[in-house]
Amino acid sequence: MKKRKSLNASTYILIITILLFFVMYAAGMIAFKDKGFAKPQMFLNLFISNAGLLVIAMGETIVMITGGIDISVGSVTALVCMTAANQMQNHGASAWMAVVISLAIGLAFGLVQGYLVAYLDIQPFIVTLAGMFFGRGMTSVISTDMISIKNEQFLSWANHKIYLPIGTYSKRGKFLPAYIYPTVVIALIVLVLIILIMKYTKFGRSVYAIGGNVSSAMMMGLNVRKTKLKAYVLDGFLAGLGGFLFALNSCSGFVEQAKGFEMDAISSSVIGGTLLSGGVGLPFGTLFGVLIKGTISSLITTQGTLSSWWVRITLSALLCFFIVLQAILISMKKKKK
Amino acid sequence: MKKKLKRLTEMNLFMPVICLLAVLLINVITTPGFFRITMNQGVLYGYIIDVINRASELVVLAVGMTLVTAASGGQDISVGAVMAVSAAICCQILSGGEASVTSYQNSMILAVIAALAGAALCGAFNGFLVAKLNIQPMVATLILFTAGRGIAQLITKGQITYVRVDSYKTLGGYLGKSPVPTPIFAAALVLLVVWLILHKTSLGLYIESVGVNSTASHLVGLNSTMIKFLTYVICGLLAGVAGLIASSRIYSADANNIGLNLEMDAILAVALGGNVLGGGKFSLMGSVIGAYTIQSLTTTLYAMNVSADQLPVYKAIVVIVIVTLQSPVFRKKMKTLRGKGGGMRKSKERAAVKGGNQV
Repeated sequence: MKKRKSLNASTYILIITILLFFVMYAAGMIAFKDKGFAKPQMFLNLFISNAGLLVIAMGETIVMITGGIDISVGSVTALVCMTAANQMQNHGASAWMAVVISLAIGLAFGLVQGYLVAYLDIQPFIVTLAGMFFGRGMTSVISTDMISIKNEQFLSWANHKIYLPIGTYSKRGKFLPAYIYPTVVIALIVLVLIILIMKYTKFGRSVYAIGGNVSSAMMMGLNVRKTKLKAYVLDGFLAGLGGFLFALNSCSGFVEQAKGFEMDAISSSVIGGTLLSGGVGLPFGTLFGVLIKGTISSLITTQGTLSSWWVRITLSALLCFFIVLQAILISMKKKKK
Repeated sequence: MKKKLKRLTEMNLFMPVICLLAVLLINVITTPGFFRITMNQGVLYGYIIDVINRASELVVLAVGMTLVTAASGGQDISVGAVMAVSAAICCQILSGGEASVTSYQNSMILAVIAALAGAALCGAFNGFLVAKLNIQPMVATLILFTAGRGIAQLITKGQITYVRVDSYKTLGGYLGKSPVPTPIFAAALVLLVVWLILHKTSLGLYIESVGVNSTASHLVGLNSTMIKFLTYVICGLLAGVAGLIASSRIYSADANNIGLNLEMDAILAVALGGNVLGGGKFSLMGSVIGAYTIQSLTTTLYAMNVSADQLPVYKAIVVIVIVTLQSPVFRKKMKTLRGKGGGMRKSKERAAVKGGNQV
């Protein structure tokens, strides 16, 4: 009974989120029609520029469902980009090697943070705050200058356009097909995989059970510590992968990269209906959280006169709105009891 | 009974003091003449003065952070951003919207009050989310952590506002002919006021009891919500004070850099001071000692040619070591491993340092 009610609260939020996305996008289409907001390519650009974020937000969602949080993802992204760039440019590593290094960095972060959270019972926030500063600091240890990636293999991955059968016609009637990059394909595969894992595997269900109520999960015989560790390791792995996708998109590494990314990932999850108290959340909702973030930034860039700070502020305000909404829904639920 | 209590309080401050002494010892070894103080143009000079001076903002922040930690069992990570907001408000009012001025455009008192009010408002916002809506403190303050600098940018219209007036530099410089920098006085004053409030009223006791058990405190008739809210407002206000000191040092409002990464230092100071990050009993003195320890550590690292960008790496390792030491699970494990012994503390530390290096 309890479970169904809490799911309802989450469903409300998810519906609001999806509606909000469509309203925002439609408003953008009407307001910026002459600037090409209505073109299919504009919609696909949301995915192209946010592929990395989508993957990272998936990991964040899983950790948040366990009742934890990970604010180190932005720094991990920066560290991954910087290490990959540094290895390829200055140490002659191949692009494949860069992939392996990126994933290894993510896994290492996940393992250490997961161990500290799961086996030593330290607050996730403190652990990942330290991780955040550690990652950012290590990035500047590697290099304080910007490194652009010029590896041919890497660039061929980054610029490989996959054309879709949809598109628009130019003024002269020439067909311009819409395209996506391989990063989008990877991100979407990850999305589908995570949805399946969270819904149908033992691990996924354990994550929900632990987030809902740790003691009853323990009484059911679930290994709470192990599941938490796995969740953080998966989150770290996805942060590494997302970081690499981010590198494919930006083709460079620098210290200030992906600053505030953790905020984007957390707000995407929260806006998508993941409860901060844990136990409730859907990867599918997070997708819409990411899309809303993308829409806000492309609306503000298209508008042109507002400073980029407005993206952060709008997103923070939106996050605040959804957090308050959650709090109200939860307190309403308590009153009903 | 009294003797026992006394011994306990001594125990609580024992570790922080040892930490401070250890860092100072390293300082003496790496920089000979660390404790040398010279008079130059009627002003005191020396490494140690510099450490105490630079630590002032941190002390002020750590005091606020201690209260928040004690009452709500969470940390306010927006303090750095709130510092930027308060500095931005103050400078913007003083300059009347210009990028650089050589005389005040508005009264100084108005600017300071507005800046502190703005900072307290930020604190109240955090407090409302945490105390009233029961949101995890660090998630609630994450909102201002990200948005705060953006707001500060908007206030200063994206530029660095300079107030090139001598009297504005007083707070971060020297008061009249005093040989001691003003920030030291400011930090001492803040400490004194907060200490008096906590010990002359029952607020200190209330904060501890709410931190230990919020529900039980509510049942004995304490307004837990109000007390938590109050600690966040105080924390915001103190962040505002720290922002003013920092802004006065550079006689400008640099929204991007004022108080950057200071939230980490403040949390670290609280933890180093022997306060449990999960809330409950607290020791203001411990946090203050922690703050000075960190500033000495920072100075040491700078002396060892570590750049400002790389500092967080070392601080992150220190944080992890401290929280691991504090973790109940870790303590239990060590107890079963070693049994109860006098030399336990040292072995604990060594083990944790090893663990930290692996991170």
